[in-house]
Amino acid sequence: MKHGNRVKVLLIIPSRIIARGMEGVFHDLGEFSVEGILTDLSRTSEVRLKNMDVELIVVDPVIFDCASRASGRSRIAEYSDAAVVALQTVPMEDDVWRQYDEVVNLYDLPPVIIKKLRTVLANRSETPKSDSQELSAREKEILVCVAKGMLNKEIADLYNISIYTVITHRKNITRKTGIKTVAGLTVYALLNNLIDANSIE
Amino acid sequence: MVKKKKTNIKDDRAMLSPAMKMADLVNLNYHLLGVLSRLGVDLGFGEITVGEACRRHSLNVGSFLLICNVYTYDDYIPSGELLFSGAPADIVKYLHSSHVFYLEHELPELERALEKLVAPCDVKQKLVIDRFFSDYKKEVENHFAYEETVVFPYVETFSRDCREQGYSIEQFEKNHSNIDEKLCDLKNIVMKYLPEVCDTVLRNDVMYHICYLEEDLGKHTLIENNVLIPMMTRIEENETR
Repeated sequence: MKHGNRVKVLLIIPSRIIARGMEGVFHDLGEFSVEGILTDLSRTSEVRLKNMDVELIVVDPVIFDCASRASGRSRIAEYSDAAVVALQTVPMEDDVWRQYDEVVNLYDLPPVIIKKLRTVLANRSETPKSDSQELSAREKEILVCVAKGMLNKEIADLYNISIYTVITHRKNITRKTGIKTVAGLTVYALLNNLIDANSIE
Repeated sequence: MVKKKKTNIKDDRAMLSPAMKMADLVNLNYHLLGVLSRLGVDLGFGEITVGEACRRHSLNVGSFLLICNVYTYDDYIPSGELLFSGAPADIVKYLHSSHVFYLEHELPELERALEKLVAPCDVKQKLVIDRFFSDYKKEVENHFAYEETVVFPYVETFSRDCREQGYSIEQFEKNHSNIDEKLCDLKNIVMKYLPEVCDTVLRNDVMYHICYLEEDLGKHTLIENNVLIPMMTRIEENETR
């Protein structure tokens, strides 16, 4: 692996003992460096998460309450592009684990953990990631369609892409701009001269 | 879940109490100023305690503490005892006067500040922002109207010991929609995307209004979800037993 260029990792683990243990595993191996440890996803944590720019996040899903556990992965995706690996400290429903890029068990041996994480990162680098905080040309095109009131299906047909890709673009637009509603995106598009007022409605 | 709960403050002894002085309450958390005025408790209370102030204003002290706790401690989950000692009618009274406050005071203030801020923008920009804000306002009004016409009367009738047929607080729990998205969008637009002609001082003014409203509406929702709903669920369960 690259020397002096270690993979930045963030831990979101409420138990300090377990977090220390994970840190130990990374420390011994040297190729990962733990940039921070959060114990929850409170508002301040969210801000830190957003600004950290890590490549890998290890999260114990007990930080999410029962109702939001199934969407834990996408909640993190709102704030970070990093690969997300779940740390299994207690048993939970399969749906919870399936959403993560990989699952590490509390009883996994350190070499097994490292191997899993390497695989995740290798797979990750194959999928294009949007590293810029500015909207890409394609995202701007999609945003204009959304602002004009087009449905995901219509946008997918127009650009010959899958609905899933449209949704990914929309998620990235919202993550970058912080704007969630169609009405809000319309204001954004107009203020940035992406559309003119006549094309609304 | 188990771990999450543990970090929440559950110990009522460490929390606000009836023996506390009113002045200490406000010193501890000045956001309670809004709460006091909405409950009709005026400043100038001298050295009296929370318990005394509640007696003078015929407020249930349990209800009062529940509201103040939600405002003061993040992630506050009320204990069963305190929920039981509070009165739903007081909570509804509070929620109603905060609706009035939002609609008659805070939203018009924000609207005025926003209008002033975008005055130098071109016509099209002003139009789209105006429209966005009035959509938001309509959404808030509709949200409140449902609570005022359906939920609150239900709670009040129930509290007078005659159960209304065909509605339960569970329906409110299910239908309780989020109204925070547009406000958050507006915050991002004002902060990041308004043209340079907009004045910084006025922009800050609008930002303060938005952040205050966002925070206060957040607490308002917590009072509905973590106080009113569990309180009513409990009472309904007792009734059917």
